[in-house]
Amino acid sequence: MSAVLAASEGVVPLTQVLTAPGGSPVDLAWLIPVVPAVSAGLLLLFGKRLGRLAAAVAITAMGYSAVASTLVFAFLGSQPEGGRTFVRTVGTWISAGPLQVDWSLLVDPLASVMLLLVTWVGLLIHIYSIGYMHGDERYPRFFAYMNLFAASMLILVLGSSFLTLFVGWELVGLCSYLLVGFWFENRDYATAAKKAFIVNRIGDVGFMIAMFLVFFAFGSLDFAQVLPEAATVLGAGSVTAVAICLLLFVGATGKSAQIPLYVWLPDAMAGPTPVSALIHAATMVTAGVYLLARTSPLWALVPEWGLLVAWIGVITALVTALIACAQRDLKKILAYSTISQLGYMFIGVGLGDQVAGIFHLLTHGFFKALLFLAAGSVMHAMANRTDVWGMGGLLRVMPITAITALVGVLAIAGVPPLSGFWSKEEVLAAAADTPGAQPIWLLGAIVAGLTAFYMVRWFYLIFLGSPRWQADADGSVPHPHESPLSMTLPLVVLAVLSVIGGLLNINPETGFLHGWLEPSVLRYAGETPFLAEAMAIVLVVALSVVGLAVALLAYGRRWTRPAPSIGAAGAAQRAFYVDRFYETVVMVPGWLLAKGLATFDRLGIDGLVNGSGRATQRLASVTRQLQTGFVRSYVLAVLAGAVLVGAMFFGAGVGW
Amino acid sequence: MVVVLAQAAVNEPSNAEFFVFIVIGAISLGSALCVVVLRNAVHGALMLVVNFFTIAVFYAVMEAQFLATVQVIVYAGAIMVLFLFVIMLVGVDSEQDLRANPAIPAQRPAAAVLGLVLFAALAISVAGPYLQRSSACPSTEAAAAATDAAALTSCVGLAAANEQGNTQGVGALLFGEYVWPFEVTSVLLVIAALGAMVLGRKDEPLIDRVDDPLVLRDPQEQTSEAEPVSGPAGGAADDHADTVGAYRADASEEV
Amino acid sequence: MVVPAGYYLLLAAALFSIGVVGVLVRRNIIVMFMCIELMLNSVNLTLVTFSRINGNLEGQVLSFFVMVVAAAEVTVGLALIVNLFRLKASTDADEVDSLRS
Repeated sequence: MSAVLAASEGVVPLTQVLTAPGGSPVDLAWLIPVVPAVSAGLLLLFGKRLGRLAAAVAITAMGYSAVASTLVFAFLGSQPEGGRTFVRTVGTWISAGPLQVDWSLLVDPLASVMLLLVTWVGLLIHIYSIGYMHGDERYPRFFAYMNLFAASMLILVLGSSFLTLFVGWELVGLCSYLLVGFWFENRDYATAAKKAFIVNRIGDVGFMIAMFLVFFAFGSLDFAQVLPEAATVLGAGSVTAVAICLLLFVGATGKSAQIPLYVWLPDAMAGPTPVSALIHAATMVTAGVYLLARTSPLWALVPEWGLLVAWIGVITALVTALIACAQRDLKKILAYSTISQLGYMFIGVGLGDQVAGIFHLLTHGFFKALLFLAAGSVMHAMANRTDVWGMGGLLRVMPITAITALVGVLAIAGVPPLSGFWSKEEVLAAAADTPGAQPIWLLGAIVAGLTAFYMVRWFYLIFLGSPRWQADADGSVPHPHESPLSMTLPLVVLAVLSVIGGLLNINPETGFLHGWLEPSVLRYAGETPFLAEAMAIVLVVALSVVGLAVALLAYGRRWTRPAPSIGAAGAAQRAFYVDRFYETVVMVPGWLLAKGLATFDRLGIDGLVNGSGRATQRLASVTRQLQTGFVRSYVLAVLAGAVLVGAMFFGAGVGW
Repeated sequence: MVVVLAQAAVNEPSNAEFFVFIVIGAISLGSALCVVVLRNAVHGALMLVVNFFTIAVFYAVMEAQFLATVQVIVYAGAIMVLFLFVIMLVGVDSEQDLRANPAIPAQRPAAAVLGLVLFAALAISVAGPYLQRSSACPSTEAAAAATDAAALTSCVGLAAANEQGNTQGVGALLFGEYVWPFEVTSVLLVIAALGAMVLGRKDEPLIDRVDDPLVLRDPQEQTSEAEPVSGPAGGAADDHADTVGAYRADASEEV
Repeated sequence: MVVPAGYYLLLAAALFSIGVVGVLVRRNIIVMFMCIELMLNSVNLTLVTFSRINGNLEGQVLSFFVMVVAAAEVTVGLALIVNLFRLKASTDADEVDSLRS
């Protein structure tokens, strides 16, 4: 592995950090997260008064961020290669002895592409929300939370130190909680929000410990001071580096929903669909991938552990693909699909080909957001029904939604020449080329086939065939219709992006993204293919086509009813009982402990406090009997005292 | 010539003082016990008078003739008369009500025990040092008190103090060394008299009851304990049942 | 037979104890008051006895003052008893229990 490392070592990122000239887009880049944050604050304070106008405020803020991000990108592009890494310090935050953390932004190529993704896709989803959230009684607050989320994600992406990144990291977790639990009147939705936040938090503990270790080893949390020095301070294969990287990965599994902390994402579909599109497809869940890409110099020291990351990624991808094949809820299918595709991204960054991982991140952002928005459009038309077996034949009624959804399905299935094909192939090529990772390639190919299968199943059951919906309990029947322009326009834009997105990095060596990201990441993937490249590509595509065809034929002819809930299908429907497992192993003991402590508090501590009160009362009620009110008792007491005093004098006289 | 009874008794085989002490002492104790034991308050008061007389006799025996007279005049003559007046005022036969409240638990045994302990303590500490024969007649010559016999033969008693007569002696001290407490106690007596007058007065409201519109009595309201009663007419409250209006004929006004 | 002064003191102690027991045991307020007078008298007797023991009249003077104060006390005390009787219509000391908790 180390030989591979030495061979493919590029420029260590962040060795040369510049300060942007005043007034340039990079100098003003601090406004990119601040404007949506201010807008969120305004909407929270004055939202009720603004009413419908809240959307305009939010979209203006996002629009500013999008345009500003584009200007930053253009500015960076205009700089010479090697001079594209800037740090913009806004102010000092922590200055406590050796720990110095500033509010500062790191604007470099990696950050710039993330900026573009977050802001533009975010803008499209904000526009979509005008139509989707129309009529909701907390309309302004939704936009406030969305803006807050955007601001948080931008802080995460632009953070120049582990700590500022962590600030954004936590804030997006918070916004996820707020947005998933947006309709908190429903108990289940509120619980889903709690689950998302808590499972995230578990991962965050790993991140925090990693930060402690980084500070301990490097004396600083700044990327510009840690990453260039990684090799010199820690050295290849050091235990500290292993610990740091694995702990960072624990944080990433929480945020990016990998095994074992992925269970929150399917339940997070309780939130409104724009939330699912933005947070759980394009942005928040990609934070983990971004983190690993950003800290690539550390991972380059321990490539074996990166292989572990890739393995976890591919196993997650496989398991969740199988689960997705058996789900009935259209958003849950997409949720498991997201986890599966995130697994691909981790294969990429884990094996050291960060460009492949980020490439797949970008294309996935396009087509997964598209698919979620299309699902939202369908739900909007079908009165919020989600069972795919209760739909069908919607192509005739909602053609725009259907066509754009088809584009998304083909993209995710990896059909050339759509964007998904290029990025998926690059990830799998990294697996094929790295010695020891070939089984990953094989499993990844199988997953590609499964992806095609379940996505076509998704599309077929919703849009093709004959209508299957029936009246529900109160007799109402949905009358599906095409969605308004505010909803279909983003669909079209994302569909276009899903088609042409592949252009970003068509050739792994000479593509745009490869060169653009070079100053930001340290690549350490292998370069020795065990299979001829063309062969590998053809094999994967063939598997995808097979999956596609099987789905079409099966659901077109034979499988016209949902599978019975027994056997393998039943297990997949219940997501392989992972939630039940967590409940039994983790939740129940925790709940018992909490109950025990609560009982101890009630009986022990309250008992102590109340008991002392009660004891005082009892003592008082006993002592109170001395106060008889009778003069004679008091005289007796006086006499007794007098006798005692007399005895004392007597004793003193006698000499006791 | 001053009689020193004790000195006179030294060589006598039989002693008048001793005889007096035994008899009068027995009467004194007996009457004191009767005061405590007798149910009827009047009987108890009379027994107390007897006790006071015995005390006066003792004073006389101990050459405190002035005090003996004062005892009879003030205590037996004034204070006990006052007591008897109040007993009559309050109701001689009010002892029937004494059974109303239950007795305080363990009061009697505790009293008995404490009384005995007190007596023992006093006997030992106060009376103890003076139980020898030599203290029968105190001697002003300390050296002569070395033996009983020497003390008895040289006993002086209050002869020197009573040289000009007991009353004169007491008066000399009272208006001499103790004139200040004397004056203060006379003020005390005036205050006590005033206090008794104030306390003894009936509680009349400043406004006439007939005309006061605020004092509206329910003609049916007749509760004996709320109504201050006095004297033998205490049980007469029930006779007012048919009184209408605010004005009530108070039997106590004639007292 | 001579009478040592201690015998008088013993008698006074006995009278005092009887008075104390009387105060504690009797419920009639007036009888309690009379027992208090008994106690005062016993103290007077003690004082006079000591005056004889010491050979001066100071004990007798003090005893005189005690008598004066006792007279004042009886005056005020009986007035109070009369008032109490007007309030409670009873001479039972146990009726006066407003301080009972």
